Amino acid sequence: MSFKRNILELRKRKKEAQQGGGEKAIEKQVAMGKKTARERIKAILDENSFHEYDLFVEHTGRDFDMDKKVLHGDGVIIGTGTMYGQPVAIYAQDFTVFGGSLGLMHARKITKIMDHALKMRVPLIGINDSGGARIQEGVNSLAGYGEIFYRNTNASGVIPQISVILGPCAGGAVYSPALTDFVFVVENISKMFITGPGVIKSVLGEEISMEELGGAMVHSEITGNAHFFAKSEDECFEQIKKLITFIPWNNAQKALRFPVAEPLAAANIEEIVPIDPHLPYDIRDVIRAVTDNSDFLEIMEYFARNIVIGFGRIDGNTVGFVANQPMYLAGVLDCDSSDKAARFIRYCDAFNIPLVTLEDMPGYLPGVDQEHAGVIRHGAKLLYAYSEATVPRVTVIIRKAYGGGYIAMNSRHLGADFVFAWPTAEIAVMGPEGAANIIFKKEIDESENPEEMRKQKIQEYKDKFANPFVAASKGYIDEVIEPLETRARLIHSLEVSASKVDTRPIRKHGIPPF
Amino acid sequence: MAENEKEYRPFLVDQVPYMTLTTKKYENRKKWQPSNPKEICSIIPGSVIDVFVKPGQKVKSGEVLLILDSMKMHTKIEMPYDGVIKAVNLAKGDRIPKNAVMITIK
Repeated sequence: MSFKRNILELRKRKKEAQQGGGEKAIEKQVAMGKKTARERIKAILDENSFHEYDLFVEHTGRDFDMDKKVLHGDGVIIGTGTMYGQPVAIYAQDFTVFGGSLGLMHARKITKIMDHALKMRVPLIGINDSGGARIQEGVNSLAGYGEIFYRNTNASGVIPQISVILGPCAGGAVYSPALTDFVFVVENISKMFITGPGVIKSVLGEEISMEELGGAMVHSEITGNAHFFAKSEDECFEQIKKLITFIPWNNAQKALRFPVAEPLAAANIEEIVPIDPHLPYDIRDVIRAVTDNSDFLEIMEYFARNIVIGFGRIDGNTVGFVANQPMYLAGVLDCDSSDKAARFIRYCDAFNIPLVTLEDMPGYLPGVDQEHAGVIRHGAKLLYAYSEATVPRVTVIIRKAYGGGYIAMNSRHLGADFVFAWPTAEIAVMGPEGAANIIFKKEIDESENPEEMRKQKIQEYKDKFANPFVAASKGYIDEVIEPLETRARLIHSLEVSASKVDTRPIRKHGIPPF
Repeated sequence: MAENEKEYRPFLVDQVPYMTLTTKKYENRKKWQPSNPKEICSIIPGSVIDVFVKPGQKVKSGEVLLILDSMKMHTKIEMPYDGVIKAVNLAKGDRIPKNAVMITIK
């Protein structure tokens, strides 16, 4: 006797199940410019590292003739594999099988791999490509979504969770990605919305295309739901592979250390920033002037461009950068930029990634729309996130640090470990023009030549306060440094902070203003 | 950088102009307008099930002006204070967008 017959039978069954929705459905998928679920998993993981589970799971739908339908793998592939030799858990919805719709067993497969990921403390990657709830299964599919959200929440801050939107992701399904750490979208392929164009048209009479309503750029630029935008699936997979090098595998570990490399552009740092505080520059050039290899992975590049967040390495170790961007909206703080930075700070804090803050901002964005959009509570998120963070925190004030923004951008007062300032730094309640107009209002009004007096008083204020030395004299900043010293100072501060111990009062959880 | 420099324009924060770029979202933001108490606007799109008032009609505060079908719900739109109807800008069966001026009061 031999195993041969059984093995052949197994192979036959596997081959059949691995076809997913079959040739025609796969052709359709390819015609839409999309890869199949299996190809996607292969493209993300190390070669030949994927191990699949639950290939033979069958759906449990009995109504509406569903019992006569065979849905291979119930429309989702789950498994484990490796990236750079390190284990990860992954699932990919298979649109070729009944539109990747989510029924009870489909959801059970996803929650099984989620449970594994959390227990084994490995990253979870979820590839979404699904028409939504499987209506034929009724409340069972809703139950499935709920059980996924519950696990996303439990895993939050313990293991990295990455969502890749490679097709439709509509209705309740959108909330799983929204609960995860990083959402990747691809132009013309990703579509995310709660109610689609059809419903919006029939109920509200508003006509809009899918791409305009919930396409990749909309979520990258307008809603802030997406963190990484790519033009193709291949580019998207490269972004995932790059991101994963910067983050630790779970919250009990540190990110992998890389060989130290000097920045490529360090010598230019003084040429990047104009001395005149009214003139713009690209803060990312300053970041690249201090990071290893001048490498910087920007996150949410298109959303709230007035603040820049992302990962780089300093002396081989991952650092999270938060930096005002004078090139956009003068680098002001507003609802969106506060929200964007606050969540990133919490990510870094949860995963033991030190924070470097680069500050150059004139204050908060003025406007009725901002006030009415709740800039108070959104702005408060930033204060909360910094104050709560116990990872090493270093701030470099480059030019303007005015008013509430000075406090919010990781000031000493919120618990920063090290605060440095360039000699061009201006730390004050507001800019010299505004301050002089208030403080010297009487002198200016009563002067024979108010304009001349105003200029004189502005200069007086500038000389007195528009510098880093007043704050340095109080110990609010630790040292005024030359721009070229910045990288060395950062390296040393992070070295000194490597074993930092900082605690917060014991509590179930805080109540941040979200 | 050189290309961008042309597009930088002054942007006021605390009366001080900073040279910078703006974002699409910022440019498309809604300008605030004070609400006019003499206009009754839709706060949600919908279709008109019935209208009960005509121009020139005296209406007491709390009387129902019309019924709007929005989000599977029939919502009564009531008169906010005693007054006389100046114009009715819709009719039974009309579909109206959000922020449409439905009725004006003299």
